[in-house]
Amino acid sequence: MASIDIAGITKNFGNIEVLHGIDLDIEDGEFIVLVGPSGCGKSTLLRMIAGLEEVSSGDITIAGRRVNDLAPRDRDIAMVFQSYALYPHMNVAGNMSYSLRLRRTAKDRIAQAVSGAAGKLGLEPLLDRRPKALSGGQRQRVAMGRAIVRQPKAFLFDEPLSNLDARLREQMRAEIKRLHAELGATSIYVTHDQIEAMTLADRIVAMQGGVVQQVGTPLDLYDRPANLFVAGFIGSPGMNFLPGRYDAAPGPAVILADGARIALPLDPGLAPGAEVTLGIRPEHVALGESGGMEAGVDLIEPTGLGIILHLSLQGVGLKAFTADRGVLNSGPSIRVSLPSAHLHLFDSAGNRVALR
Amino acid sequence: MRNFRLIGTVAHRLALLVYIAVALFPLYWLLKIAVTPDKLLYTEGVRLWPSHITWSHFRFVIENSDFPIFFRNSVIVSGSTAVVVTALSSLSGYALSRFSFRFKFWLVGLMLVTQMFPLVMLVAPIFKLLSPLGLTNSLTGLVIVYTAFNLPFATFLMQSFFDGIPKDLEEAAMIDGASQFTAFREIILPLTLPGIAATLGFVFTAAWSELLFALMLISGNDAATFPVGLLGFVSKFAVDFGQMMAAGVLALIPACIFFLLIQRYLVQGLTAGAVKG
Repeated sequence: MASIDIAGITKNFGNIEVLHGIDLDIEDGEFIVLVGPSGCGKSTLLRMIAGLEEVSSGDITIAGRRVNDLAPRDRDIAMVFQSYALYPHMNVAGNMSYSLRLRRTAKDRIAQAVSGAAGKLGLEPLLDRRPKALSGGQRQRVAMGRAIVRQPKAFLFDEPLSNLDARLREQMRAEIKRLHAELGATSIYVTHDQIEAMTLADRIVAMQGGVVQQVGTPLDLYDRPANLFVAGFIGSPGMNFLPGRYDAAPGPAVILADGARIALPLDPGLAPGAEVTLGIRPEHVALGESGGMEAGVDLIEPTGLGIILHLSLQGVGLKAFTADRGVLNSGPSIRVSLPSAHLHLFDSAGNRVALR
Repeated sequence: MRNFRLIGTVAHRLALLVYIAVALFPLYWLLKIAVTPDKLLYTEGVRLWPSHITWSHFRFVIENSDFPIFFRNSVIVSGSTAVVVTALSSLSGYALSRFSFRFKFWLVGLMLVTQMFPLVMLVAPIFKLLSPLGLTNSLTGLVIVYTAFNLPFATFLMQSFFDGIPKDLEEAAMIDGASQFTAFREIILPLTLPGIAATLGFVFTAAWSELLFALMLISGNDAATFPVGLLGFVSKFAVDFGQMMAAGVLALIPACIFFLLIQRYLVQGLTAGAVKG
């Protein structure tokens, strides 16, 4: 187990810089999730930690030792690949024990480690099978098993669940979380799925365009997104954004494009007339209350758990989420209001302005 | 609709049958003439099978000619060439598939250019090169020449097999604690067995049937290979077809054995299950 420090990491492919100075301190035993849209550099960063990509500048330190110039095999980390990358000519036991055999571990210790890991993952009946005789979920487990037999300093996961179907993904997600609680190993997990990020992470690192946008606990990112990107990326259905202008008098408020006045809970200290974006999560949009504004109902999506309404508020799209099935009979329009306690405000550069 | 499919199946099988018949007919004719007594060869006209057969041609070729020596020479030359070329091309093919290095583009281009020369053009220069080294009239010389000529194509062949193996597998091995060479040896090579078998087979057959250089570089029977020996049946006034065909049938045997040995690796699909599929 070990801490991992990343300081000023950049990565160039030819003349193109894809990572622009990443700083990140990962504590011993922490579960970190790198999340972002494809092409944001999260996988590249992970591969640099693994030693599969060279570092263009900056330092990577694992357990106090600078590893920039160390080969992957000398870094003592394990990695689970998106493709699983199981060795097709070895059976499950062979796949899991390969790293130990390379280290010339004693046979009885190998057998012990393999059966221990197989027990944790429910792989005992499959130890003699070749990878091609396994289902997707089983292959995924073997890939995890291969990582845990070694007891490495850290685990790296590169989108390990994205090849599984939705139900299996949910199941494996819980399993990974359980394993982490059990092993307490430092883990770095790359995904583009914000649900995985929210459910697994001790801390989430949200990335876009090769830059870290925000680092924080899942609820931190959910409740206090640092900018429009994080606000839009975390949460599903995504946060609503309403462009408008700040107005200070008579009280702090945002004037929307159609002239509607939305009161803010406190004075954010902006210049009157400044362009701002108002944000509100779909589950916080209040529906059917007297007062408020009239919104057209474009589309109703029942999910079973609740209902997603696609509304149009004076020409601006607005999504609302509610558990109240009464809205199914709401007709062509509905009254909505935006409670000030749940509003988010972003300045013209897209950065968060504190309202709480 | 069902009739349609039936007709399709029948047509498909018929086409295969025709193909097999055309491909195997020369072999059949080879065998037929090898067992036809000399006096029946011209007297019976064109028949699918002679009225009676003889094994005397085979006995003569084995007991009274230099063919056992030719066979031995051919096996040595073809076998060594196949092994040397496959070993070298698996290394060079891997390098071309996985590494990026300076002048790679030009190197590949150069290798391609070597494949464009008619071999006849190279006979004289090669002879001139080998002669002072004492490599003419020697099996080693032949192995070297065949290796040089087969290496570029074998490299491209192996490269295409390596290209088909996901890079993730080596990376996983390297993270598991293997050096790149260990990953190559223990993970990638076993998965390339079909490619290795294909390369072995290709090079072996090419060397087995090569005539031009064998004829030009070898004089005398001690180091002659089987294709050169076959020409011995063509004399100034007559061709001894029976013995020639018998020798030809015998020459097929090692090639057949060789392919029997490697055929199970020629079947593709060993990488199934490596990555998501």
